[in-house]
Amino acid sequence: MKLALIALIPFFGALLPPFTARSGRDLCMAVTAAVTLCALLLLLSEVPSVYAGEVVRWSVEWVPQLGLAFSFRLDGLALFFAALILGIGLLIIVYARYYLTRSDPIGRFYAYLLAFQGAMVGIVLSDNILLLLVFWELTSLTSFLLIGYWSGEPASRRGARMALVMTGGGGLALIAGMLMLGHIAGSYELTEILARGDQIKASPLYLPALLLILLGAFTKSAQFPFHFWLPQAMAAPTPVSAYLHSATMVKAGVFLLARLWPALSGTDEWFLIVSLTGIVTMTVAAWIALFKEDLKALLAYSTVSHLGFMTMLLGFGTPIAAVIAVFHVLNHATFKAALFMCAGIIDHETGTRDSRKLGGLLVLMPITSTLALIATASMAGLPLTNGFLSKEMMLEQAAHTAYAGVTWLFPVLATLAALFSAAYSFRLAVDTFFGPVPRDLPHQPHDPSPGMWLPVAILIVPVIAIGIMPELFAGAIVRNTAEAVIGQAPPAVKLALWHGLTPALGMSVIAILGGALLLFFIRPIETLRAAVWRPQAERMFTAVIDAAVEVARRFMAFTHRNALQDYMLIIAIAVIGVGAFGFLTGQYAPGERPMLPMSAAAVVGWIVLAVACIATVLKHRNRLLVLILSAVVGLIVSLGFMQFSAPDLALTQISVDVVTTILLLLALNLLPKESPVETPGGRRLTDGAIALIAGIGVAGLAYAVMTRGFETISGYHIAQSKPGGGGTNVVNVILVDFRGLDTFGEIIVLGIAGLTIAALLSSALRGAAARRLDAMRPNVESKDAHPLMLSVATRVLLPLILTAGLYILLRGHNLPGGGFIAGLVVAIALIMQYIASGYAWAESRLRFDAAAMIGGGVTMAGAIGLASLAFDWPFLTSTFGYVPLPLIGEVEVTSAMVFDIGVFLTVVGTVLLSLATISRVEHRAEKASERNIAAKPADAAPAAPAAQEPAVVAGGAGE
Amino acid sequence: MELLVASAIGLLTAVGAYLVLRRRTFPVVIGLLFLSYAVNLFLFVMGRLAIDKPAIYSPDVAGYADPLPQALTLTAIVISFGMTALIVVLSLRGFLETGANDVTIGPDDMQRTFGSQQKRSGHE
Repeated sequence: MKLALIALIPFFGALLPPFTARSGRDLCMAVTAAVTLCALLLLLSEVPSVYAGEVVRWSVEWVPQLGLAFSFRLDGLALFFAALILGIGLLIIVYARYYLTRSDPIGRFYAYLLAFQGAMVGIVLSDNILLLLVFWELTSLTSFLLIGYWSGEPASRRGARMALVMTGGGGLALIAGMLMLGHIAGSYELTEILARGDQIKASPLYLPALLLILLGAFTKSAQFPFHFWLPQAMAAPTPVSAYLHSATMVKAGVFLLARLWPALSGTDEWFLIVSLTGIVTMTVAAWIALFKEDLKALLAYSTVSHLGFMTMLLGFGTPIAAVIAVFHVLNHATFKAALFMCAGIIDHETGTRDSRKLGGLLVLMPITSTLALIATASMAGLPLTNGFLSKEMMLEQAAHTAYAGVTWLFPVLATLAALFSAAYSFRLAVDTFFGPVPRDLPHQPHDPSPGMWLPVAILIVPVIAIGIMPELFAGAIVRNTAEAVIGQAPPAVKLALWHGLTPALGMSVIAILGGALLLFFIRPIETLRAAVWRPQAERMFTAVIDAAVEVARRFMAFTHRNALQDYMLIIAIAVIGVGAFGFLTGQYAPGERPMLPMSAAAVVGWIVLAVACIATVLKHRNRLLVLILSAVVGLIVSLGFMQFSAPDLALTQISVDVVTTILLLLALNLLPKESPVETPGGRRLTDGAIALIAGIGVAGLAYAVMTRGFETISGYHIAQSKPGGGGTNVVNVILVDFRGLDTFGEIIVLGIAGLTIAALLSSALRGAAARRLDAMRPNVESKDAHPLMLSVATRVLLPLILTAGLYILLRGHNLPGGGFIAGLVVAIALIMQYIASGYAWAESRLRFDAAAMIGGGVTMAGAIGLASLAFDWPFLTSTFGYVPLPLIGEVEVTSAMVFDIGVFLTVVGTVLLSLATISRVEHRAEKASERNIAAKPADAAPAAPAAQEPAVVAGGAGE
Repeated sequence: MELLVASAIGLLTAVGAYLVLRRRTFPVVIGLLFLSYAVNLFLFVMGRLAIDKPAIYSPDVAGYADPLPQALTLTAIVISFGMTALIVVLSLRGFLETGANDVTIGPDDMQRTFGSQQKRSGHE
């Protein structure tokens, strides 16, 4: 539990900074730091057991079918990395408080930072590799937010996007690789995988899995040729750079290599790929860093170079190299975080990071400069700093490594890389801290407040302490961590300042002297370098992305026609084609089911329907007429339901028709009343032909079905209706009982539709829509919008209809009726008040909230469904009983009744909400048109003669 | 009788299909209304036609209309209402927002509405 908490505390803690940001930056920082401190203390409380050789594990199943579990594991390696992440995180949090200006939203910054921190800790503590992948992707996402923190800057957005594409893309490869790894090992638990190294290396899937995993690790750790995203990510605020590029984000790739070291390393493939990638990255990045004038860019390439350093050591695949890699992770994290923070201080105080403009800062900012110089010395690999020790040990290893039979390659390249490192470090020191004091700086620099330099100073302490007495300060940590990496006791490594006269010492001397010498020739080399063409990975990346965007756009332009007409035509033709294919390739025989005799009433109904349909097609431009015709069709349809023994359907259809017609009328009032002739005649003919074929097809299909016999499962429903469901109206019992879950889903959908309508229309009262509403011209059809007769009649009818609605609801279980129909009827009664007496009148008297009714109805139906769980019955099981009441006799009470009331409430709420919101929009247009009349009496006079509205016209004239 | 019902369903489908192929929002909405009539009826007749046999249980009644398609059709009618309402409101909002009630956007409209955005996303 404790382990999961360490990873989860930062995530939950990320909720706090946004809330405390308003109470001041100091409090916000304190809260954020407290969160990290909590996690760190929890972690440190495990130190004794881990250092006693124990592997702490904790696990909870998540999706066992997939092998996914919430399992965490703390060994030396995880402890080492988690401590780095949380410890340096704490310093960064303090530093960022002073780095960020007042205009930067600090709450958001700390929230991102904590979320990122949680994801990083999650990676290093995960025991399940699928869980590790989840955290891995989370670091990509949260680092995207952090790098793009200054989202107003194009460079920030570009850098963030590139980082996301590279690390996220690598993450995809990693997912595939990890799945293969888990498949080979037969388990997704790291503990199991690490124990099955031999089985994994012997598998035919070893190489593909290895390549995919390396792709993930190399993109994350910015290894050549994926190194270019890291310098771009320098657009982030400096605390982010310091955090991401010293101890966390980019170290995740190195961590992964170290974590999987026992399972994957030791093969030729591993050595050939990993060590070569490492040394190439180390050398090339160091060379590029030499020419960077921006302090952060120089540090970025230096970071890439040092990551190559660690990758190469892990690639050697020998235990001793792994020990050195771990040692360097520690050393690099300390001096690089310190240097990034110093670069931030310099930028903050002087207003520039350009080394050409800087100089002489040792005089102006003595504290910062001293700290930065010590860290630079460590980066250069000078003695008495921790950077010297790990570099020395690395050179020693490189000196004895032959690559594919070539013995000179590694010693030479490693020396060169060390030489370049020394050179760029010297250059940084000389250009920034020594020389004449610059005059034209944007600000007059001086040392910042201790809040900014103290975190740096804290990091400098281990740089020197380890540099002078490595065994005392780092010996135990390195050995414990290395043991976890290797999986067995590490070889005896002496961490000491003096190893005697070794080849490494010679290489070191060459590197330092050569680096200093190189500095004198830097100008001519720079000119030469600028003259020679060199590949620009960043430009290639941009070109690839642009090409992909272009292809996508062409494809979109080809398929996306923005014409519903065309899409519909394609769909109709496709459906007809499929139907025709089935019909033509199949066999047809007339059905044997005897037909019902035609009745005169049915024929009349059919004729009315046919006339209405034909008139609709011919007159469809006259929208009001079409609306009336569609209502006629609806009426015939409900009569049809009545005729064919479906009273429930008839009732539903007719009440739905009333509501639909009112709604369409209200909408039409605001829409244009006519459709213009736009489609050419030929197209209209084709459309007509297609529609006709579709109609014939559907009619034929319906006829074919109706003339055939069938087997139904309804026998069960009819037989069980009374004994099982407690009701005689089988349709209603099916709705609320047998298929209650369907109905539950239906009312949820209905409620969502109602809420969407309300949202669509309420927001129409602002912006462009509102302006268009306000500009509407009056549409005076009747001089009395709310006739007295209608108002009085609907008010008198209201209680009667409500009673009828209640009756329909209550009897629904046994006779035609039920929640749907009752809901529609009641809604109509209420809507009638809006129509007859106006929006303002009705709205001011409405005592309930329609949206709340929807919510209440769905909740009620769901709650009664859940109640059955309490009796160990499945969800939505219904029950019923008989309660004797005095005078009335026995009354049936069913749980389905409560469900039906939920349905009822949802329907009423949905209908009322939709129609009331649209009325509100109408109301606004109505008031606006009144205003328009008042404002322009001359225009309005013909439409509304002065005699009708003397007050309005007089008022308008008087203004 | 089956012939009448089948041809009525066909007619409703044809009218619906024709209207859905129009260029303005309102005819499309009415077209969908017709199509939902047709579909609901079609769904209903899957239980075959029956006259004077309501699905109300009673011990002394011999035959019933098939209640299951009826129950399914009932919810379908209500959901059709929800859909029609949503679509008509969508078209209304679209009209209020843009002043146009077409379902087909010409290339000029595309340029006007999305042109500047495409330009922005193309670079950087």
